[in-house]
Amino acid sequence: MGSEKIEGRQDTAAPAIELKGISKAFGPVQANKDISLSVNKGAIHGIVGENGAGKSTLMSILYGFYKADEGEVYVNGALTSIPDSQAAIAAGIGMVHQHFKLVENFTVLENVILGAEEGGLLKPSLAKARSHLVELAKEYELDVDPDALIQDLSVGHQQRVEILKALYRHADILILDEPTGVLTPSEAEHLFRILANLKEQGKTIILITHKLKEIMSATDTVSVMRRGKMTATVKTKDTSPPELAELMVGRKVLLRVDKKPATPGKTILEVNNLRVIDEDGVERLKGVSFEVKAGEILGIAGVAGNGQSELLEVLGGISTATGSVKVHGDEIDLTGKHSDGQSRRARGIAHVPEDRQRLGLIMDFMAWENACFGYHNDPKYQKNAFVMDNAAILADTEAKMEHFDIRPPNPRLPAQSFSGGNQQKIVLARELDRNPEVLLIGQPTRGVDIGAIEFIHQRIVELRDAGKAILLVSVELDEILSLTDRVAVMFDGHVMGERITSETDEKELGLLMAGISEGAA
Amino acid sequence: MDKMPRWADVILVPLINLVLAFLVSGLVVLAIGENPLDAIYFMLKGALGSTQGVGYTLYYATNYMFTGLAVAVAFHARLFNIGGEGQAAVAGLGTAIVLLSFDWPHWAVALPFAIIGAGLFGAAWAFIPAYLQAKRGSHIVITTIMFNFIGAALMGYMLNGLLKSPDTQNAESIAFPAGAHLPTAHEVFATFGIPFSKSAPLNISFLLALGCAFLVWYLLWKTRLGYQIRAFGHSEAAAKYAGIPAVKITIITMLISGALAGMLSINVVMGEQERLIKEFVEGAGFVGIAVALMGRSHPFGIVLAALLFGVLTQGGFELLWEMPTISREMVLVIQALIILFTGALNNMVHDPVERLFIRLKKGKS
Repeated sequence: MGSEKIEGRQDTAAPAIELKGISKAFGPVQANKDISLSVNKGAIHGIVGENGAGKSTLMSILYGFYKADEGEVYVNGALTSIPDSQAAIAAGIGMVHQHFKLVENFTVLENVILGAEEGGLLKPSLAKARSHLVELAKEYELDVDPDALIQDLSVGHQQRVEILKALYRHADILILDEPTGVLTPSEAEHLFRILANLKEQGKTIILITHKLKEIMSATDTVSVMRRGKMTATVKTKDTSPPELAELMVGRKVLLRVDKKPATPGKTILEVNNLRVIDEDGVERLKGVSFEVKAGEILGIAGVAGNGQSELLEVLGGISTATGSVKVHGDEIDLTGKHSDGQSRRARGIAHVPEDRQRLGLIMDFMAWENACFGYHNDPKYQKNAFVMDNAAILADTEAKMEHFDIRPPNPRLPAQSFSGGNQQKIVLARELDRNPEVLLIGQPTRGVDIGAIEFIHQRIVELRDAGKAILLVSVELDEILSLTDRVAVMFDGHVMGERITSETDEKELGLLMAGISEGAA
Repeated sequence: MDKMPRWADVILVPLINLVLAFLVSGLVVLAIGENPLDAIYFMLKGALGSTQGVGYTLYYATNYMFTGLAVAVAFHARLFNIGGEGQAAVAGLGTAIVLLSFDWPHWAVALPFAIIGAGLFGAAWAFIPAYLQAKRGSHIVITTIMFNFIGAALMGYMLNGLLKSPDTQNAESIAFPAGAHLPTAHEVFATFGIPFSKSAPLNISFLLALGCAFLVWYLLWKTRLGYQIRAFGHSEAAAKYAGIPAVKITIITMLISGALAGMLSINVVMGEQERLIKEFVEGAGFVGIAVALMGRSHPFGIVLAALLFGVLTQGGFELLWEMPTISREMVLVIQALIILFTGALNNMVHDPVERLFIRLKKGKS
């Protein structure tokens, strides 16, 4: 009971984690194929790969969520069986999930001891945890108020609670799954300082990410996964982002978007003092104004949840708002009979939604049924007033699939059988095919593999060059910086500031994203 | 993700469910000291062994097709219409009013008007819950159930008052005019010289039910309205994105559903009773839920499932007759077991079978 795990420091030769020949299949899908990996003690080891490359499966095996079909796991040199997360914790492995597993209306302290309570009464556990937490906070710069409720904490602080939870359970090996996805750049910087601290204290860290920049700046070693296989493990200082990208995709990738400078024309989309109050009475948009000209891409940057989704939903006709929106100088109905998606489409507004699986597609519908979704009232898809011309829609879909290189090119497959990138291409093909005056596009490349990102970016630029107005919402600063012509940063329902993309940088935008606007020149 | 072949999903899995249900039912029969094989024999013989049995079986199946289709159409828009019972009852009122209003010269003239009357009344009874769901968010399961009771009360009131026949003590209307009598199976087959039981209630409503099944299939998979109904049912959020009007789709779908449930009254009130009686629906509205579940809300599956439930109903009655130790409740238990296995416990069979298929496929490749 009282005897704690003896730190195996004397045996420095053995790696913290060693995987040998790990394989795991889900039905016919081979998620992990004969994977071997060795993570040195006291190192930060990055794992990169496209969506679906098998990173999460591998880590889930290590943390006891899945059982490997084949292969062995060695922790600190000893063969270890990890049937569940309790066993992982006992072996000194801690995990910080992408989506935090915290109880929102519990305090930090209560969350930390959750699942590690000792005895029937909470009080002694809480007292013990409190003193332990103070030590940890001092040691690793992990300061959070132990009595604060989780729901009152910022995302960055919530993440620290997750790390504290793992450390409280004596984790020596920390796995972080896409830890910066929800952080502002400055919060991310703080996280990496914490990680460096942990490393100095002898902890081992496995960092899963798709952001090559983070890999380059934070890790010692990096392993690349592609299609369930480990394709390479290299020292970070010996590699470069283009090389890693090539290893991930299997071919050379254009990391920069190839585009000419914009030649903006007259204003097409004008948004003035837009306000949205949600069902709970919370004001989500607090007077947003901007305009988008013909032939330009306006990027909306910001940490997720600062009003960008609401903005897209209002413009796309999904929810109502007050204020004014004009297209080509004509007012658009924001609350009345003509505030629905059909009316928006009639006004030349096409919308590629942020969450394509929830909004943009019907996952059980076949590709061809999805290819006319939203435009199902178009006369070219009708035989008569009641009957749809399914043959025409099928032919139309086949053409779109060829044009957008959608694979597999089978219009009769349900949307859910396509990969994330191809699902996005189905939506994009549908919306771009209308040659819209205004394109609303949210998180254009979320969950899309690198190969398809290139293609999607090119299509967006093509539409811009055809003189259309494009409003692009993305939480990926790299995407904003490389693709847009102007950028507006949203914070807490406001536009914090607008910049010309070529005249700003990550640092300036990062400050705006954190809600700091002094220095606005 | 891979799936098992469609035929296995549609045919094999329900078949295994059915066999399991019969096995468990067999144990129940065994427990009360009867031979389960005898029980099955009596049931099948009763349901299919004579033209009279077949006539009854198909007559019940006709009812279940109508109510099963009603449930299925609503279900495609993710609306759970539990109100088939009430909608059919009120539709009976519509049928009766139409048929008692004129001295109809011929059934072929009367039938279209009776269909309109039944459809309108059935749809009207579904409209109020639909409106409350679409506009006020009142849950349609609750409101349609409540409307079953109100419908029953309304029927009782009408049959004890305005529509009551003066010639009898019973709560029933006077008989419909002779020109409104639908041809029975006996009459239809007689024109071809084929003998068919005279007492069996099967009538040409059976063809109407098959026609409705085809129309529902056409509606759902060929028309713009059907497309919107299915899209709305799969994802309300996506439907909103596409600008599919939720209120309109909810109400129209329920009107269609109510009208389909109402068609039951053509079979029972116009085709068999030839007058309006109380409680003529006899639970067919609820059986329709099981039929739709078992038929996977697809018209073809519903036709098959309705036939099966027709066999169970008619066979169950015969079983009561042949095996006195088996009570009416026992027959209900057997029917309930089949609903349990085919509906509620479907995944118990579905998932292992799917895994088996995937393993077989992997072994081959």
